[in-house]
Amino acid sequence: MSTITLHDTHNNDHHDGHDHGHHEQSFITKYIFSQDHKMIAKQFLITGIIMAVIAMGLSILFRIQLAWPDKSFPILETFLGRWAEGGRIKPDFYLALVTIHGTIMVFFVLTAGLSGTFSNLLIPLQLGVRDMASPFMNMLSYWLFFIACVVMMSSFFIETGPASAGWTVYPPLSALPKAISGSALGMTLWLISMVLFVASQLMGGINYVSTVLNMRTKGMDLWKMPLTIWAFLLTAILGILSFPVLVAGVVLLIFDRSFGTSFYLSDIVMGTQVLPNEGGSPILWQHLFWFLGHPEVYIVIMPALGISSEVISVNSRKPIFGYHAMVYSLIGITILSFIVWGHHMFVTGMNPLLGGVFMITTLIIAVPSAVKTFNYLATLWRGNIRFTPAMLCAIGMVSFFISGGLTGIFLGNASLDINLHDTYFVVAHFHLVMGSAAIFGMLAGVYHWYPKMFGRMLNEKLGYLHFWITFICAYLVFFPLHFLGLDGVPRRYYAFTEFEFMQKWVTVNIFVTWAAIVAALAQIAFLFNFFYSIFKGKKATQNPWESNTLEWTTPVEHIHGNWPGEIPTVYRWPYDYSKPGAEHDFIPQTVPYSQTMSSNMPHDFEGNAESERIQREWEEKQAKEKTILD
Amino acid sequence: MSLRKFISNKTIAALAVILTVFANTSAFAQEAAAGAAATAAKKPIDMFPIYKSAAFYILLFLLLCLFIAIVGKAMRVYELTREAQDKPAGINWNTVNGVLFVIFLIVGLYGVYFEYTVHGKMILPDAASEHGVKIDQMFNITLILTTIVFIGTHLVLFLFSYFYKNTGKRKAYYYPHNNALERIWTIVPALVLTVLVLMGFLTWRSIFYKIEDPNNKPLNIEITSQQFLWTIRYPGADKIVGKKNYKLITGTNSLGMDFNDPNNLDDQMAEEMVIPVNKPVRLILTSKDVLHSFYMPHFRIQLNTVPGMTSYFEFTPTITTADMQTKENDPAFKFLFYCSKICGSGHYNMQKVVRVVTQAEYDAWVVKQPKFINNDLRKQFNLPIVPEPAAAPAAAAPADTAKAATSAPAVAMNKPALKK
Repeated sequence: MSTITLHDTHNNDHHDGHDHGHHEQSFITKYIFSQDHKMIAKQFLITGIIMAVIAMGLSILFRIQLAWPDKSFPILETFLGRWAEGGRIKPDFYLALVTIHGTIMVFFVLTAGLSGTFSNLLIPLQLGVRDMASPFMNMLSYWLFFIACVVMMSSFFIETGPASAGWTVYPPLSALPKAISGSALGMTLWLISMVLFVASQLMGGINYVSTVLNMRTKGMDLWKMPLTIWAFLLTAILGILSFPVLVAGVVLLIFDRSFGTSFYLSDIVMGTQVLPNEGGSPILWQHLFWFLGHPEVYIVIMPALGISSEVISVNSRKPIFGYHAMVYSLIGITILSFIVWGHHMFVTGMNPLLGGVFMITTLIIAVPSAVKTFNYLATLWRGNIRFTPAMLCAIGMVSFFISGGLTGIFLGNASLDINLHDTYFVVAHFHLVMGSAAIFGMLAGVYHWYPKMFGRMLNEKLGYLHFWITFICAYLVFFPLHFLGLDGVPRRYYAFTEFEFMQKWVTVNIFVTWAAIVAALAQIAFLFNFFYSIFKGKKATQNPWESNTLEWTTPVEHIHGNWPGEIPTVYRWPYDYSKPGAEHDFIPQTVPYSQTMSSNMPHDFEGNAESERIQREWEEKQAKEKTILD
Repeated sequence: MSLRKFISNKTIAALAVILTVFANTSAFAQEAAAGAAATAAKKPIDMFPIYKSAAFYILLFLLLCLFIAIVGKAMRVYELTREAQDKPAGINWNTVNGVLFVIFLIVGLYGVYFEYTVHGKMILPDAASEHGVKIDQMFNITLILTTIVFIGTHLVLFLFSYFYKNTGKRKAYYYPHNNALERIWTIVPALVLTVLVLMGFLTWRSIFYKIEDPNNKPLNIEITSQQFLWTIRYPGADKIVGKKNYKLITGTNSLGMDFNDPNNLDDQMAEEMVIPVNKPVRLILTSKDVLHSFYMPHFRIQLNTVPGMTSYFEFTPTITTADMQTKENDPAFKFLFYCSKICGSGHYNMQKVVRVVTQAEYDAWVVKQPKFINNDLRKQFNLPIVPEPAAAPAAAAPADTAKAATSAPAVAMNKPALKK
């Protein structure tokens, strides 16, 4: 506690001692090399949105190839040149498209774009902190991320093309340029980009954890933190512990590719050329990759879960059901996510004994996920639901989380995975649970905190339009894909033309592609809404959603240090919505119990005898007055 | 009035955009066409209709946007007039969204029914192997359980959304927790999952930990993957697949078989995998270059082939191809195995036919298969060269060499498919 108090006074001194005119900033320090967490959050968000649009465009390209494998689209040649000669995407480039689509979506959009944006924005604002623990490192984190994006995209402008070994870049395919052209310079750029990205994530993560643990305002103990912050904290811890393992793996892969080592390579013959590598194992890469890779999918989904918890509670005008259970299930997911990576490797030839072990841990992780789902449903029960666009997206997120989570029970079962592994069933599963659910969590966050970020409101009706088209189309795209998987259609197939039994799925592919195109066009409604409202949106009020958390006590205009005067003190948990006896249906965290005597409940005082005595005396007085009045 | 002005302005703007797009594209197209005609060496592709159709679709989309904008403006005007007249808001969006969730639920449930019945019929037929039947049973149990949860939770989610939408009259019910309820929905999923885990675990063990029956020894078949084809090796009369070493791989010895190992001398190659029904088969899976995955879905078999490591999968086929053809009512039905791990540009076309036959058919088929060994290889390994008599073996021997030689051209054979 002493450190917290010390820090607070330090901050206050700093701000009292300077005139605010001192903070006048140039364009560069304000918008580009900003060290202000709110600006960095916006930088992460807008970069994330741009990357998402690019990755979505790539997905439309390969969906077109899957739907019309025999048709030529000369317009593609106009844009892609040699990679789509005669208007048809080449097999190599098709694989590059799926690889880069996956990499961008998983790392740049759903990791950096999601936790980068909302951790930066909300950790200081919801905890009552003036800025991150290390604003400079925070700035560095964004710029490393930005460079990683640029390096990744630059691989589209080299002769051999971008990395094309799948987003998991399994060696030897990713190690041997002879095996696929994308494994030449494109793969080198992929690896460099990934190292920069991990460095960025580590700097961000360390910042988030240290800010959450050390800098909370007076009264904000861990159990008074909003669930968003719990989610961001645990996500950051996951990232810090697992991302370095990816770097280790990547460095070894760089060694194998460029310096002739044999960490992943052994007994390889390309054509008739015998390679000198001996003693390595491709399985080693898979262990290292998935040691990050599986926590990574929880890095993607946990912030979305946290955001949804907050949005659902605010818009149901109800406290989140089972706050403690929600936190414990997040902690459970965090811990378990480290020991389930092997379920990606059931059929790699890994010792079958391990398969059995990983199946057990994998299915255990479904329990905390189930608890979260039921708690969301219980929160909606007898609520007073306001369907803001954010709320719609949060409900959509819950729906996708259920659908995708349930198909995970099939894949987590090693016996069933034998036939489902690397088929479209997997594609459908993770696009529902990691793609759609996480994206909808992110959209819920954008719709909900847009007024905080830009001081203006988004257009609600465009939000409704955007939600409904995207929600419906996401199901239309991904639901039928399960059945392709059940028919044994493997993923990453360039065309279904070579197999007779796959012909019957071409019509489904055409349908799915059209649904994807409509969904992509619907995003234009969002993009227009987003960028137009930055400049022309309706001015936001200070607390547009009538929410309890601290960020809505800051002024609408952004100021450095977030609060003009003293940092607010926190007295209660963030979910006092519709408390019986209260005047309004929300009581902000900054309102002390002494001001809400009529709505206080016995458990509010956490066994504090003094407070309980005061409350009891007040109630007795009230009762007496009431009898006198009667 | 301002509304009308706005619309007309937008229309004019859109028309201007359209005109410019058309003018530009046609100009560019003409230039391109002229350029192409001038060189005359290349076949000129007339891009004009393509640009025209692209412009057409963009235009169509812009019109749609315009339409949405007009509807949006009209709604705004309607709301503003209601507000000006001090009437309550015209459209209650909470009701609209609540109702939309119910419609989504009903249509969605029908959609799920449609998917389960229509697309659900297009999936793989029943398993054609012993362990596959167990996997199918597990799959069905999991499917039933998850479908119940899927429908149940979605009913709750969307109906709650509808029934508890904001009406402005009610206050929400303050209900922060209920430990009994939370305990129930922690323990029930945990129990269900325990059952699934146990079943899965036992099935998994029964698949990968087999006790060999000395009276019914499995047939060893080695499968080697490379970009983008499979090589099948039968063990020959001794029932043992001989040793190989990747360092021995040459154009003529595509698997790197060590012919100093006598077990190799009778090993046979095959163009398709033929296996006798109801007899255990042990697959020996290896890879020459990158990772591939041996995927034989009708038998519920998948295992990666890894360079530098050998993996094994044992199974017993239970249905012959002929039986399956009558069962599926499809005389063209074929069992297949193919690659399911991304392995390069030819990944999408890496398949071989599997034929399950009776023991008698198998015995007749297997003796006809050519051996890997030929005189070139014998020379290489300093083995006594078998003179090629003019009689019966002559037919087999040239076929031998021919086959051995084809393994290299086979790579080329697959190549044209890629270029397609």
